[in-house]
Amino acid sequence: MISSLEALAMSIRKDVVRMVGNARSGYVASALSVLDILVYLYEMELDVDPKNPKTRDRDRLIMGKGHGCPGLYAVLAHRGFFEREALWNFRRLGALLQGRPDGSRTPGVDVSSGAPGLALGIANGVALSMRMDGLKGRVFCVIGDGELQEGSLWESAMTSSHMALDSVTLVVDKNGDQMGGPVDSIKRLEPLEDKFRSFGWNVASADGHDFSSLDAAFSSIRDKNGRPSVIIAKTMRGKGVSFFEEGRKKDSGLSRMETERALEELGNGDRDER
Amino acid sequence: MSDRIMMDLLDEVFVSLGSDDADLVILDADVASNWLTRFSGSFPDRYINLGMAELDAVATAAGMASAGKHVWLFSTAARLLGRGYDALRTAVAIPGLNVKMVVSHGGVSAGEDGAVAQMLEDLALTRSLPGVSVEVPSDCVSAEAILRRIAATSKPAYVRLTGEPMEYLYDDSTVKDAINVSIPLVEGTGVTICACGIMVHESLKAAAILKQQDISAEVIDCHSVAPLPERSILGSVHRTGCCVVAEEHSSRGGLGEAVASMLCRLYPVSVRFVSVDDRPGQSGSPNELLEYYGLTYQQIVGAAVEAWTMRRR
Repeated sequence: MISSLEALAMSIRKDVVRMVGNARSGYVASALSVLDILVYLYEMELDVDPKNPKTRDRDRLIMGKGHGCPGLYAVLAHRGFFEREALWNFRRLGALLQGRPDGSRTPGVDVSSGAPGLALGIANGVALSMRMDGLKGRVFCVIGDGELQEGSLWESAMTSSHMALDSVTLVVDKNGDQMGGPVDSIKRLEPLEDKFRSFGWNVASADGHDFSSLDAAFSSIRDKNGRPSVIIAKTMRGKGVSFFEEGRKKDSGLSRMETERALEELGNGDRDER
Repeated sequence: MSDRIMMDLLDEVFVSLGSDDADLVILDADVASNWLTRFSGSFPDRYINLGMAELDAVATAAGMASAGKHVWLFSTAARLLGRGYDALRTAVAIPGLNVKMVVSHGGVSAGEDGAVAQMLEDLALTRSLPGVSVEVPSDCVSAEAILRRIAATSKPAYVRLTGEPMEYLYDDSTVKDAINVSIPLVEGTGVTICACGIMVHESLKAAAILKQQDISAEVIDCHSVAPLPERSILGSVHRTGCCVVAEEHSSRGGLGEAVASMLCRLYPVSVRFVSVDDRPGQSGSPNELLEYYGLTYQQIVGAAVEAWTMRRR
């Protein structure tokens, strides 16, 4: 199962590159860092039905990291929430796939999001509502590490633990980077695990590009104990594309040459011509 | 003058609304617990105090609304909009979720707490958000009718309540039309006076004085700042040819600019504002402050005479 996830993630990576290359805008490095996490969530964790995307007791995913939405869209297309063709209109006027997740437009997108720092509050609201209605669905929330500089996230982190929202799982895509440079040089987050523990959370860490490591982390928080859980997943921006991994290339669109080079690096197998 | 203030209504109204609607939930950013003791006693699971965390409260409201709850959020104007605007814009207004915001402390009549607590730009901020209804009731009867009417919609709304006791302008038989179509409280042909909240009362006093000066004023309660009751206002201004707008708000972006921009597009006439000019509030008793900031019937009379002399004929 895990090895098939690796192959799948590689193929979806290529769709992300094609999508942003085609749009000539969008954030590919951010999407590639969170991609394996999203693949893991949608293939292994989330109880969702692409044929009935609005069932009330489904699991939810709230994508705080709006920049990473090309990754979310490519994964949703693979899961069959909409036609893969829709990826090629990303960011265009009237497109199904907006520059930030839009719950009113895109099947499989549970809630509109993308303003930094708000997703966990929204996730808490969904979890509170589901608990009131006696629904069993879990709520996953994916944010970037730079986003943890937003104070509202810590307001919401207090709410999650005070309200004993153990159906909430926060996943931090910790690629160590934000717009202005390395996160720790701009505003340090460490010791991040201790911060969450002191806020009353279950904490697990993982390598966000290693499916066995993600699997172990998600397994470790499966026992519900009245506490929300956070998985801090170490990742790399632009994972799989050398000119993002090695340098500080600005994360803003891809030229045709960069698109071709990225696709070449990701391997031109047959799989991608689905 | 009735001693009842709008906040005194809330418990009764929400116990009733909550009994009719099992999905109704109240979120409080640590302001409203005293207004809602019966509600929280009757429905303890549906009243949540999220503490002093307005951004979190608005985001939580958005999450609950997206999962099917009908969420009412309580705070003060300055705290809810000042802190919560980002979440209000991105998580509530843009997706058009069913979140109603009910606030106290709009305007200088919030009184002794001073400038920081007296929100003079809330109508501008909320009116500029797409798809958000903005309501400023002028007495307890209309406040209840407005709360009940917006409870029946699934769109976002903002309601500014006033903590000062206000005379009753409506009764059960008159309030329905006043809320639905904004029919004039006083009819006249000389000058149209549009007002909301506490300033409706000052406008009625002004109309009585103007009558002695042979200017017949028509007073419209523009409780709905967004969407604006355009037909009522236009119908009146077609007869009077001039307009005064009175509001307990900054002159920038509130009811005044809403009326002026509508008239500018559809039927340009002379318009005067009675509102707060480019100044913050300060401490003082509500009545002293209303006078200090020029929010009384005298200013409305003066503005009406000015507008009347320049009316469109």
